[in-house]
Amino acid sequence: MSSDHVTELVIFGLLFALVSGMGFVAARWRRPTTMDSLDEWGLGGRNFGSWVSWFLIGGDLYTAYTFVAVPALVFGAGAMGFYAVPYTIVVYPLVFLVLIRLWSVSHVHGFVTPADFVRARFGSPTLALVVAITGIVATMPYIALQLVGIEAVLKAMGVEGHLPIIIAFAILAAYTYQSGLRAPALIAFVKDVLIYLVIIVAVIYIPSKIAGGWGGIFDAAQAKFDKTPAPGDGIFLNDANQLNYAMLALGSALALFLYPHSITGVLASKNRNVIKRNMAALPAYSFVLGLIALLGFMAIAAGVKPIGTDTNTVVPVLFDQMFPSWFAGVAFAAVGIGALVPAAIMSIAAANLFTRNIYKEYIRKDATEKQEATVSKLVSLIVKVGAVACILLLDPQFSIDLQLIGGVIILQTLPAVALGLMTRWFHRGALIAGWAAGLAWGLWMLYEIPNPAKGKEHFGGSAYNLSELGFDTKMTIYVGVLALALNLLVAIIGTVILKAAKVKDGEDATRTDDYTADEGDPKVKDLELTGST
Amino acid sequence: MASQDSQDSQGPPPAPRRSDRSHWNWLLVVPVVIPLLTFLFNKEEPRLGGFPAFYWIQLLVFIPLGVISTLVVYRMTKRKED
Repeated sequence: MSSDHVTELVIFGLLFALVSGMGFVAARWRRPTTMDSLDEWGLGGRNFGSWVSWFLIGGDLYTAYTFVAVPALVFGAGAMGFYAVPYTIVVYPLVFLVLIRLWSVSHVHGFVTPADFVRARFGSPTLALVVAITGIVATMPYIALQLVGIEAVLKAMGVEGHLPIIIAFAILAAYTYQSGLRAPALIAFVKDVLIYLVIIVAVIYIPSKIAGGWGGIFDAAQAKFDKTPAPGDGIFLNDANQLNYAMLALGSALALFLYPHSITGVLASKNRNVIKRNMAALPAYSFVLGLIALLGFMAIAAGVKPIGTDTNTVVPVLFDQMFPSWFAGVAFAAVGIGALVPAAIMSIAAANLFTRNIYKEYIRKDATEKQEATVSKLVSLIVKVGAVACILLLDPQFSIDLQLIGGVIILQTLPAVALGLMTRWFHRGALIAGWAAGLAWGLWMLYEIPNPAKGKEHFGGSAYNLSELGFDTKMTIYVGVLALALNLLVAIIGTVILKAAKVKDGEDATRTDDYTADEGDPKVKDLELTGST
Repeated sequence: MASQDSQDSQGPPPAPRRSDRSHWNWLLVVPVVIPLLTFLFNKEEPRLGGFPAFYWIQLLVFIPLGVISTLVVYRMTKRKED
């Protein structure tokens, strides 16, 4: 280990210790009278204002894995990797009207998870279970991938072995257990300040050290892609991948707020206006993400070689090469802390799904609020142990495959959750059938996609050849969008058939007014329990 | 955008006290559709500060487009009592 790495490690360690301390202190921030309910532990008291929500949701959606994987994709494939930018532009106007309805109905009924909503809306514990399990399965590999982000940084600092990651996650697990959602909300401030600082410095400082500045960076990238035999890469899109670029952006945008951890961030907001303001303000992160993506081209121009075959290390190696070692330490800490915020929120969200939609629904129907909080805290620990085990015991590639699958399967909850917020037209049976059909076809398509470059026969990516469906074209399209189309088709036809056959549908426990309620409006719980607590 | 909710079995539900309906909501369609039309910006020229058009258009035009559209809808649909 060189002395430079020692400086980096000291800075990294200091910043890591600082946020760990903040994580434990967070329990006293906006101190609740009791931490023994999911509203407090799992949603931070449902009382975050615009600023806290901006940091929290931003810290939640733009994860450490994004920060290493997106530039790695740009490094490897070029323009295609830039899809992350239109993805995060399109998402906010797309979900604007849906999320405020979700917030309102959850506020009135005390929903904690998307499956809670589905259960009340469609009167179907089975559909809620399906949504909950899909959410948990999609979230688990996402948590594991945050570890891949930390590992990439540690590798660049010359740290080998798994012990540091186990320690980092043990600390994370301990303060999430104690402070709940308040911990990531407080740490998100540090994370985002560091990320913004590092990126602003990077986009000014690194091009000044590369011949030709920005123009030289793009030219160097073009020159590299021209030399490779792969037809799909380059600094522009080509005829075959244009449609996939747009559909991957759209499909990812549709999926983003179906992930339970995104919904957790939204439900923790104080009122509707907080959400609306954030839909306008969150694209600031998209701008930063776009600049981060371009670090991939900078790495090409700077002649960065990834460590081993792990292209996720290109950005950490770039920082290590270009920055003075103390600032490289700051940059690595930004990525490392960037992993902690989403990992904490994801484990809380997965734990809440288990508690509300499996434990309370099937194991202990009369669970008190305190018991719910206790179960969620314990499950959040188990989830993190599972994520660490995933990375240590299995090939990390397995987590990446699972994450790819996760995006496709979480999309299959769109008809029940997102369309369910807008209309009660669908029949619960048809929604379950649509989900199953979309899931099955989506998985089958992913299985069929090879990746010759990585020597994989299956799960080689998410771009499906339209020629497989009989079209005479070289174009590819995102699997998730195709699977969702089938899902919707089955749900619509199924609803028409089930309604015509007069098959019994579930009761809707929500009312029209619930979807436009705001802070201060009466909640169902208050109406039922007038006089108590 | 329209939303339909279930009918109460006791007859038509009372009109909601509040609604999210507004013509301004249609403005949200613009930043959802434009950034997906790759033929508009998948080109090199004109470069800006060394950035090919593909990159600076998405960063400097589409992001502000999303922010402004969303902000306008938020301001114009703000409830009177807030």
